[in-house]
Amino acid sequence: MTTSISISVQNDDFDVAQEYAAMRKDNTQDGAIVFFSGLVREMNQGRDVTGLFLEHYPAMTEKALGEIVAQACTRWPLSRIRVIHRVGQLHISDQIVFVAVSSSHREAAFTACHFIMDFLKNQAPFWKKETTQQGNIWVDALEKDKRAIDKWGNKNED
Amino acid sequence: MIKVLFFAQLREQLNSQGLELTLATPCDINAIKHALIEHNSQWHAHLSQDTILCAVNQTMVDNRHLVQDGDEVAFFPPVTGG
Repeated sequence: MTTSISISVQNDDFDVAQEYAAMRKDNTQDGAIVFFSGLVREMNQGRDVTGLFLEHYPAMTEKALGEIVAQACTRWPLSRIRVIHRVGQLHISDQIVFVAVSSSHREAAFTACHFIMDFLKNQAPFWKKETTQQGNIWVDALEKDKRAIDKWGNKNED
Repeated sequence: MIKVLFFAQLREQLNSQGLELTLATPCDINAIKHALIEHNSQWHAHLSQDTILCAVNQTMVDNRHLVQDGDEVAFFPPVTGG
């Protein structure tokens, strides 16, 4: 099946209602839309966070996201996918990331949204630098995020 | 000529956004790291961290990947987006 894909890496905020409306517009085939949004929280790894700077590798970012989305499309029947990731200076409670997936049935949509987020956290070239009372600190990658992709296995080895 | 880029805390640790290397190709990622350490011996500890990731032409690769003349090679720490 052909999947309609939209990927954006941007400084600007996004409106979840608008994104959801785009997933529904002229859509008569899908029975399920699942979306995830990630926010800047005030406490991370035991530190009081006042802001966040997101660096990325511009030439690679959209390509890496496209590869993750393409992988999801080989595993589940998906009809629409929208991924937005912000870069630059963010503040507490700002939106960072949005992933929406639609499908005929909920199971594929739930699972694919989870899959895309797990791989985004491990393979898309973004780095967070927190502004805290103790100064600016690069966020460490977490072991639990690295382990999160193990559960998906390697499809080529199935 | 190989274009080398550094990102995030690695860029800060090396105090460099990147540089251009002239090397006999094909060569693997380890050979590129050695050439970078020859260029600046203070980079040794940072480039030897086993957590450092590498992308060639914007795709992640392992240390055995063979780099060709004209490739873009990026080194960076584990990613923390999302």
